[in-house]
Amino acid sequence: MIPSPFDYVRVQSVDEAVAALTEHGEDAKLLAGGHSLLPIMKLRLAVPTVLIDIGGIRDLSYVRVEGDEVAIGAGTRHHELEGDAVAAAEVPILPYVAGQVGDPQVRHRGTLGGTVAHSDPASDLPTALLALGGTVVVQGPDGRREIPITEFWLGFFETALQADELIVEVRVPRTGSAGWAYEKFTRRANDWPIVAVAAVEGRVALANMAGSVVRATATEEALARGASIEEAAALADQDTSPGADMHADQEYRRHLARLLTRRALERASGGAAATAA
Amino acid sequence: MQVSITVNGQPRTDEVEPRLLLAHYLREVRGLTATNIGCDTTSCGACTVVVDGLTVKSCTVLAVQTDGGQVTTLEGLAGPDGELHPVQRAFREEHGLQCGFCTPGMVMAAIGVLADNPDPSDREVREGLEGNLCRCTGYHNIVRAVQAAAKAGPAAGQVPQAQEVQA
Ligand SMILES: Cc1cc2nc3c(=O)[nH]c(=O)nc-3n(C[C@H](O)[C@H](O)[C@H](O)COP(=O)(O)OP(=O)(O)OC[C@H]3O[C@@H](n4cnc5c(N)ncnc54)[C@H](O)[C@@H]3O)c2cc1C
Ligand code: FES
Ligand code: FES
Repeated sequence: MIPSPFDYVRVQSVDEAVAALTEHGEDAKLLAGGHSLLPIMKLRLAVPTVLIDIGGIRDLSYVRVEGDEVAIGAGTRHHELEGDAVAAAEVPILPYVAGQVGDPQVRHRGTLGGTVAHSDPASDLPTALLALGGTVVVQGPDGRREIPITEFWLGFFETALQADELIVEVRVPRTGSAGWAYEKFTRRANDWPIVAVAAVEGRVALANMAGSVVRATATEEALARGASIEEAAALADQDTSPGADMHADQEYRRHLARLLTRRALERASGGAAATAA
Repeated sequence: MQVSITVNGQPRTDEVEPRLLLAHYLREVRGLTATNIGCDTTSCGACTVVVDGLTVKSCTVLAVQTDGGQVTTLEGLAGPDGELHPVQRAFREEHGLQCGFCTPGMVMAAIGVLADNPDPSDREVREGLEGNLCRCTGYHNIVRAVQAAAKAGPAAGQVPQAQEVQA
């Protein structure tokens, strides 16, 4: 399978990327790791006329502590995040979840900015980011602006990003050794979750239970008023709208959300050690 | 557009269409057909090559994305005198192949696994090769081969230095 023809522009800086987006308009697409975009271009589900390659902007690749937050550059590849010592000490859920994405070859190419911008409801890192909270920093022709992570994903492949904007960084609070867990259920290696649950300090986010990654608000509220893990986890699928496919129908996904939430909360609170599903 | 890509130590400049995938560039433009195309959907790993030190699936990378870069394919592993790379030797000795279709990608992916972890456990090898499918399901011997290769030391996780290799 071969993508349909396009013009290729390689940029070396964020400013150049924004200028190229402004110049080429709606038909242009940014290309980071290419591991979400190229597969859909090969299937002709996406037919951009211009690709703006930001993969060479290496100063977008970093993980650093800034005050009580950790800032991660949009160009950070999954395998870089997976092996990053600062992230392991300050937000350990992120390197762990980065290591759950696809397979090593995919992790060598895919970037944080790409997975955040792509807005696939089944994606791993966005689920962890939603449980962490924080901000997505984007840059456009009028400069930078910050979007709260909780307001970034609007739906299936839809985000708060404007067509002439680029994600430059994601900022998350430092959690240190506070309890966290990520439970991912798949039917085969190297795959997206059928359902996944991220838990960080009483915040719970779900993958693949709606049009975008979502917080399990009923569970969070129950925990906040002192309910048991058992009771709180039983509410995990409330207000969700899971899809059905050949892997799982809606009821099974709801069951998984409740089960995996219980395991995640137990593990995050240092309780029963749960192994991968 | 023009791309200059060093493949197995051989620099070359070619005129290519931006939509040309690296796998097709290697096979059709450079004439290096060890890199197989199995699924064409980033799932099987048959097309795995090393780009700038990291394994990638070349059916999901554009040739233009590797402009100025270094690519190593299976053809670039053996030394100039035909001496096999430690991972190639181990695949032969441990019979890590059946029909051989997945083998070029498996060998390249195995080098990537050993680059990250010179002494992997059985489970770590299996996890490291999770992006590679063997439709003959010869996995057991493949895992054995990777562990045998690990005994060769750090060389098993490295691709030859570009200038040492003659195509
Ligand atoms: C075989 C396979 C298995 C996978 N398995 C998983 C999995 O288990 N879990 C999972 O979560 N993901 C999985 N993925 C997806 C993978 O993580 C992708 O790498 C990632 O989602 C996209 O990152 P990218 O850098 O490749 O983005 P690209 O494909 O380059 O871009 C994706 C989209 O984001 C836009 N974009 C990229 N960077 C920016 C930016 N800085 N600012 C604004 N927009 C931008 C692009 O224009 C495009 O629309 C898998 C992919 C493959 C091919
Ligand atoms: S052909 Fe590239 S992964 Fe299967
Ligand atoms: S040996 Fe036949 S596909 Fe692996």
